[in-house]
Amino acid sequence: MRISRGTAYGVVAAVVVAVVIALLPLTLSDYHLSTGATVGVFFVAILSLNIVTGYTGQISLGQGAFMAIGGYTTAILTHNHGWNDIATLPVAALVGFAAGVIVGLPALRLHGVYLALITFAVALAVPQIAKNYSNFTGGTEGLALPTHSGLWLYRTAWIVAGIVFVLSWLLLRGRAGRAFRAVRDSEVAAASSGVALPIYKTLAFGISAAIAGVAGSVYVLVNNFVNPDVFGLTLSLYILIGAVVGGLGSLWGVIVGAAFVELLPLGLTTAHVSSSQSVPVIFGAVVIAVMALIPLGAADLLRRILHFGSKTKESVQSSLGTEAR
Amino acid sequence: MTAISLFQRTTWRPSSSWIVPLAILGGVVFLVIGSLRSSLFAQQTVSGLANGGVYASLAVALVLIYRATEVINFAQGAIATFTTYIAWQLIDWGLTYWLAFACTLGIAFAGGFALELVAIRPVERRGNVLTVVIASIGLLILVEGAIGWIWGNQVKFMPAPFPARIYHLGGVAFSLQDLGTIAISIASVFVLWLFFQFTKIGLAMRAAAVRPAAARLVGIRVSWMLSLGWGLAAMLGAVAGMLAAASPSVLLQPSMMDGILIYAFAAAVVGGLESPAGAVIGALAIGVLLNLLGSYVSWVTPQLLLPAAFVLMLAVLLVKPSGLFGRTRVRRV
Amino acid sequence: MSVDLIGCMGSLLALRDVDARYGQVQALRRLSLTVDEGEIVAILGANGAGKTTTLRAISHTVTRTGTLEFAGRSLGRRGPESTARLGIAHVPEGRGTFAELTVGENLRLGAYARRGSLRDDFRRVFTYFPWLEKRSSQQAGTLSGGEQQMLALARAVMQRPKLLLLDEPSLGLAPLVISEVFRIVRELNQREGTAVLLVEQNARISLATASRAYVLEVGSVAYEGTSDDLASRDAIRTSYLGY
Repeated sequence: MRISRGTAYGVVAAVVVAVVIALLPLTLSDYHLSTGATVGVFFVAILSLNIVTGYTGQISLGQGAFMAIGGYTTAILTHNHGWNDIATLPVAALVGFAAGVIVGLPALRLHGVYLALITFAVALAVPQIAKNYSNFTGGTEGLALPTHSGLWLYRTAWIVAGIVFVLSWLLLRGRAGRAFRAVRDSEVAAASSGVALPIYKTLAFGISAAIAGVAGSVYVLVNNFVNPDVFGLTLSLYILIGAVVGGLGSLWGVIVGAAFVELLPLGLTTAHVSSSQSVPVIFGAVVIAVMALIPLGAADLLRRILHFGSKTKESVQSSLGTEAR
Repeated sequence: MTAISLFQRTTWRPSSSWIVPLAILGGVVFLVIGSLRSSLFAQQTVSGLANGGVYASLAVALVLIYRATEVINFAQGAIATFTTYIAWQLIDWGLTYWLAFACTLGIAFAGGFALELVAIRPVERRGNVLTVVIASIGLLILVEGAIGWIWGNQVKFMPAPFPARIYHLGGVAFSLQDLGTIAISIASVFVLWLFFQFTKIGLAMRAAAVRPAAARLVGIRVSWMLSLGWGLAAMLGAVAGMLAAASPSVLLQPSMMDGILIYAFAAAVVGGLESPAGAVIGALAIGVLLNLLGSYVSWVTPQLLLPAAFVLMLAVLLVKPSGLFGRTRVRRV
Repeated sequence: MSVDLIGCMGSLLALRDVDARYGQVQALRRLSLTVDEGEIVAILGANGAGKTTTLRAISHTVTRTGTLEFAGRSLGRRGPESTARLGIAHVPEGRGTFAELTVGENLRLGAYARRGSLRDDFRRVFTYFPWLEKRSSQQAGTLSGGEQQMLALARAVMQRPKLLLLDEPSLGLAPLVISEVFRIVRELNQREGTAVLLVEQNARISLATASRAYVLEVGSVAYEGTSDDLASRDAIRTSYLGY
């Protein structure tokens, strides 16, 4: 397998990042470790969004719904049926996959902003359904889960993140990944070249939902609690912000995006910049500023700095219709 | 040249379908017959229309901006809430309700105009549609945070514009509040329509929205038209917000319009995102349908209303993927 | 051979050493040309020679550098809106009609930058295009190609321009319609004194309509001269003009 210079740099960078993440617990308190675990959760969630939107070009804002499905799977299995938490993760992935395929099928008929808004509506509808069928889901009071130390959560989250990252990387390098990118760049061309559109588009949804489901499971474990509000409007919006700030169509931007949405608001609060009431104001302003200054996200900035001059990145942006002017 | 672009402009073709108007006519007939036969039905229809009126104002605001820029303004609801708080503040300082209403409209216009200049234009300059959408989400967070910062998070009491009077007509009780809400929301959308159809600036805005490049060639300053559009959208949002806050079931708090925004999205999508008329029809339909569902179908609890709206959206989109009045896109492989 | 006509007094439009780019691709290189008041000038050349880009450079719908002067004023960094308000009407490739709006609205938009009553303008337009009057409320997108071209021209007339930039007016039109379009262009020029800068693939009809022409090659002027001159020189006709 020929390894390009870009890939070699990428692998080295990945190893460096992995080592940093592995060593961080030595310097952080238990509370900060659970924050670190949340960053891991967002990492996985944003990655899932990237697969269906950044790589396959189908705008899905419904990751919150799949996270909810995965999270509730874990919660119900551990709380009501006494399962071991880690064992529920693969189940959550499977359930998520099924849900993703179910969503992906009608999505075949929709495009662009209509798809975006429908998936957004799904993300908001699912928590409401959870609220409604409370005997099953614990309703608004929610379900409690066994607690774990910050370190356990951190390790679990990042090991999961690592596994998901490697699997995604392999997937995207392979045949499925090429098919996804073909679908994103031109559905017409892809279909004419024999790419079975419905299969790959639905597959993208399924995989992305499976990953989001796992993210939801870990999220629920980190909070050791689940209720519908955990997976509300804010979550879906933050995942989207994280994905774009990080840079769509790039696996690297994901970590920047995850850190941005979780750590910045937290950092603003703890730094006592001003009253806690002003944190959302500042965060919102920063998001706008970031969009004005780095429209294509951190990954694009990194690319330009390092001059990888990757044509593929440009074509990503242009095929999403998201190139900068 | 790509087939999947995030928000692709469709090629124009004249609409030829008679199915949609027929379906709407059928719906209206159904509502009228039902209202004549059952007073509960009539009451729920009217209050559903009132809810729909609120959604309609916000939905038209969304369509206004979308038509011109292909951007879904996620902050539209929050801006509406902010302007409603301004109205509350003016009333708190002693203005009469309608005077505060009028002032708020003016302030909303200026505010929307300024927001476009300060927050959106810098992003639009170098970014693309998705970037601006994220900026609007940032704006949403900012504005809701600003409301909490300035006025606090406790619920405020917004006086009602209409005295709590009930009219009786053929055994049915209609509240003045509901009737007034319907009247005001329809009136504001109508006035806006007049503006777009019969004024020079309105025509220029329409031209800038559909063909910005051609509009520049006749001397239209397209970017100012955009700012104007945001100003008008903010005004409509203010109407929606003030009408919503007047309703007894809605509380004036920073997250007041969050749920309503979703219904407005649904209405705009159902109507076809580029059609203000479609948004109004979609909004009224959603308002009425959800109300009737809630009253007549026992297992539809208040929490299931939002999922119900989603099912409605999906049903419409599966049949007409670009909404009832949206432009159909043909993609052959 | 390019005769330096710059410095000649009273040119309505003067381009001097104009460069234009699409991203990294250079489309115009040090292009210079002039148009005098009341003239009809044609720009000819093969595909990709930069004809359309020249018009875009004038209306500033493409990135450009160099000196551009119109009616004694520099076009400088003015955007397309401002250029239009100076009195330059650009009818682009694809006509630039507002398909979603009605014929009447399209016409009214032509006069957007002007103040005052439009009644006289409408009357003038309807003398050139009598059939437009009946179709005022028809949606512009439902007109045929030839009709849309006429509408685009009519809209430009409403602008009361000093200079009309016409990009490939004959594109996709039947021969009868083409001659009608060009007849109207000549009439406009004679009756209103509007200068016209015309980009056309169809060299024959361009040389019949224009008094002067520039032949572009790879973004610069390769030849220029009067129409008679260019039409009579076989070498130029066959290699550049295709007939």
